Amino acid sequence: MPTFFERRQLVTPGDLLAEGTYLAGENTYKENNKIYASRLGLVQYEDKNVNVVALRAFYIPKLGDTVIGTIVEVGFSGWTLDINSPYLAILRASEVLSRPFRPQENDLSKVLDVGDLVIAKIITYDRTHDPRLTVGEPGLGKITRGQIVKMTPTKIPRVIGRKGSMVSMIKQETGCHIILGQNGVILITGKSLEDEQLAMMALRKIECESHTSGLTDRIAQMIKKEKAKQKEEIKNESET
Amino acid sequence: MSQKPEKLIDKKGLRLDGRKPEELRSIKIEVGILPNADGSAYIQQGKNKILAGVFGPRELHPKHLALPDRTVLRCRYHMAPFSVQERKSPAPSRRDIELSKVIREALEPSIFLEYYPRTGIDIFVEILQADGGTRCASITAASLALADAGIPMRDLVVACAAGKADDTIVLDLMDTEDKKGGADVPVALMPNLNAVTLLQMDGILTFEEFEKAVNLALKGCREIYTMQKEALKAKYESVKEVEE
Repeated sequence: MPTFFERRQLVTPGDLLAEGTYLAGENTYKENNKIYASRLGLVQYEDKNVNVVALRAFYIPKLGDTVIGTIVEVGFSGWTLDINSPYLAILRASEVLSRPFRPQENDLSKVLDVGDLVIAKIITYDRTHDPRLTVGEPGLGKITRGQIVKMTPTKIPRVIGRKGSMVSMIKQETGCHIILGQNGVILITGKSLEDEQLAMMALRKIECESHTSGLTDRIAQMIKKEKAKQKEEIKNESET
Repeated sequence: MSQKPEKLIDKKGLRLDGRKPEELRSIKIEVGILPNADGSAYIQQGKNKILAGVFGPRELHPKHLALPDRTVLRCRYHMAPFSVQERKSPAPSRRDIELSKVIREALEPSIFLEYYPRTGIDIFVEILQADGGTRCASITAASLALADAGIPMRDLVVACAAGKADDTIVLDLMDTEDKKGGADVPVALMPNLNAVTLLQMDGILTFEEFEKAVNLALKGCREIYTMQKEALKAKYESVKEVEE
């Protein structure tokens, strides 16, 4: 039962990854007892599982995921949201308004309008129906301030890091609050624009170098360096 | 055409552009060069210059075309008016429509269409400069653009043509060889699965010649495949090198 690549090696679609009694995991498929890659990414062998961590993919809704979406349409009984996925999501008015509502009397665009950003959770989804969202939990709802960073959804686990090491480090270093949408949209809210920009820079760096090792340390270093730079600038300004 | 060459192969056995019969044109491939598309690729094969862009899977418009069990794959092959010596009308011609279909059908078996029902994938192939064998180069580039877009695929698709020029079976025909030569056999291949997704023949060949041409084209496909793979990896390895 041979495997044909080293761990964390870059593979392209169609590459033969393993032969024999292995299990085809993410971004792979099995044919005639052979496992092939179906996406460009880094191969991982764990016991009998063969996975490929994709370098580029799109978001496929999953039950219970927190996502950040943009409202694209206001209907009579709810909203349609773009959640950065092949499928549009539906948010029903009854999920947002706690009081009983009548379509004739309530103007939904006064509650949420086209272009508004919403943090929501996916409550139903399957192949035959578009995903449905809810905002009925603490922390969900309309976004009022902050910065948005978008990246390919497969990189979200990298931003979180092992047991949340990466994201908690960025939170601590920049003092920003960070909400990760599983659909690849990230919200950063901080005390000042400088803090937010620092966090954005860190996220951009993670996006570019997600497939390299020792990233958490490098990001921490970068933030410290940028912080020192900012302090110096402030100092220089106050002197002149 | 300005001059009419007497012979396609000279006394030394070399072709008009100095190639040996079983030699490919020089190939340059780049992946991910159009930031506005979800996936993209550029290929230069001899004098051919081709751009391919991919969008999707995304909501399909018009909506009535959507299928409940799989993605709809759509493809547009288009030649720029300046891509050939005589201006080509930018409106889709019979040939453009046929090639769009041929390219789509060559790529369709490589994609897991059933993964994303009710959606559509759009492929746009733009010929900036043409010099024979554009359908093959288009397939090679479009397949890379699909992989770059992160669409799950069984294998990359690579295509190459072989044909007959002056009674010799030659690889990767250019425009004059295609027009003046005896036959043209374009072949598209999924190399790891060893499956042919496109096989056409234009012209007349004997059984033996046909077999030889197909085998030669397959050999060319495998050669291009290594370059195709390198190009796809290069986009991400460049980041790695900066780090080290």
